[in-house]
Amino acid sequence: MVDRKTIIKVNGLVKMYGNFTANDNLSFEVYKGEIFGFLGANGAGKTTAIRILCGLSYPTSGEIEVAGYDAYTQREKIKSNIGYMSQKFSLYEDLTVRENIRFYAGIYGLSDSEIRGKTDILIDKLDLKKAANKLVKDIPLGWKQKLAFSVAVFHDPKLVFLDEPTGGVDPITRRKFWELIYDTAKKGVTVFVTTHYMDEAEYCDRISVMSEGRIEALDTPANLKTKYSASNMDEVFLKIARN
Amino acid sequence: MKDSYLEIISLSKSFRDTRALSDINIKIPEKCLFGIIGPDGAGKTTLLRIITTLMLPDTGSVRIKDMDIIRNYKKVRSFTGYMPGRFSLYQDLTVEENLEFYATIFGTTLQKNYNLIRDVYSHIEPFKKRLTRNLSGGMKQKLALSCALIHNPELLVLDEPTTGVDAVSRDEFWGVLKRLRDNGMTIIVSTPYMNEAGLCDYVALMHDGRLIETDIPDRIVERFNKSLLAIKSDNINKLVNDLRGYSSDSSAYLFGHEVHYYQEKKFSITDIENYLKRKGHEKIEIKGVRANIEDCFITAIEDYGDIA
Repeated sequence: MVDRKTIIKVNGLVKMYGNFTANDNLSFEVYKGEIFGFLGANGAGKTTAIRILCGLSYPTSGEIEVAGYDAYTQREKIKSNIGYMSQKFSLYEDLTVRENIRFYAGIYGLSDSEIRGKTDILIDKLDLKKAANKLVKDIPLGWKQKLAFSVAVFHDPKLVFLDEPTGGVDPITRRKFWELIYDTAKKGVTVFVTTHYMDEAEYCDRISVMSEGRIEALDTPANLKTKYSASNMDEVFLKIARN
Repeated sequence: MKDSYLEIISLSKSFRDTRALSDINIKIPEKCLFGIIGPDGAGKTTLLRIITTLMLPDTGSVRIKDMDIIRNYKKVRSFTGYMPGRFSLYQDLTVEENLEFYATIFGTTLQKNYNLIRDVYSHIEPFKKRLTRNLSGGMKQKLALSCALIHNPELLVLDEPTTGVDAVSRDEFWGVLKRLRDNGMTIIVSTPYMNEAGLCDYVALMHDGRLIETDIPDRIVERFNKSLLAIKSDNINKLVNDLRGYSSDSSAYLFGHEVHYYQEKKFSITDIENYLKRKGHEKIEIKGVRANIEDCFITAIEDYGDIA
């Protein structure tokens, strides 16, 4: 459950590309165990900010701390303390389920004995025993998604970034995925998620909405709906983005 | 349904062991906005490729204006505009060069049909000298639509034009499609977003290569014959699980900030409320709601019993 311990601290984040300001003075905090929705139109600057928070790109200025580490000087520390999943790039299709787990666990620095112990537990939990030695390209999309998420949190990170994790999957699988997210957050892992499905914004504890490089709104879904006199998040989003 | 403009008859297609389409029958009326709605793997792209004569079916046929599309593929191509799901314009040509190229292929010119695309093209015209590879996602999408429209097609086929596009751009895009429909174009558009069903005149819901249902969206919703409840409490995740345990025939799933619930047997709202109180829920709210397309879809694929 959410406690007030801060896991992401951003104060005055600016990112410039030449004369273009991709992130214009962002300030926000994300708490431990929180499901934080990071929304915004295409080109609003979400990806730029996420890359900085994941330690993949330097900010131009501002104070940024992720999982207790500094975004300028401790980027490697950040990387080993977070998980990252995107729908598109997460798994190797030409490796088996087991090989993908082995690969990601290795990348995140787990020891062979840890990997051995945890792999079977995970395969059991995901109900993938029969598919464990199948190539990932031959398993259904819904399973891939569960697996991609599970390898992203396999090393028990404090924080996991999900970049449009549910694109294209059927409505039942999409909902099952969100139940998996809830279970993870309940264990104290912070979930930082982007989505284009506005009903999913409702599943988040708090959401921010970016527009043209700035955070235009940040609150709980219920408060945002009240503030923008909207009946759902779709309306909130349209009102903010159209300004 | 009005007389059909396009008719899909017993269409099937397999790729090795994968059945991409199983016996699809759909009728599409003239001058309507027709949505093919379903998740990845439903068979939407295969269906659209067959309709646009880019792929042959294993069995079955497609007729447009009562003419077989395979025998008349050249004619069909001449009056069809197609925007594929994967961006496929020339990245190393400028915006204007791409448009001129497509116009030339169809024996027309940009000047002649400028009015047709103005609505969409005006947004990107200031960048017409820019290389296509340097456009943003939204601009590429507008250019792809402009190219599909440049020869004034009577049938426009779009494969997931709004996937991965933000809610504002999606809304604008649907506005453009409606105006084209109002001007007499027949439009077939596929989408994985269930909430876009309501923007179509007719829809076909697809899953796993099969057609679940095809009709006017409102009529599909009217046929939902279960009493559906929307339930809220202070802990939505626990709520879903507790509701699933309420009765052996319960269906409960997340729906925005609520849980949607139905069961086959008769039930009393008071009983459900008391049960949830016993389970420790607070701020319980229960109300009856009208189903929407997503509810219909979920119910239909649950009935299938093949959920991963």
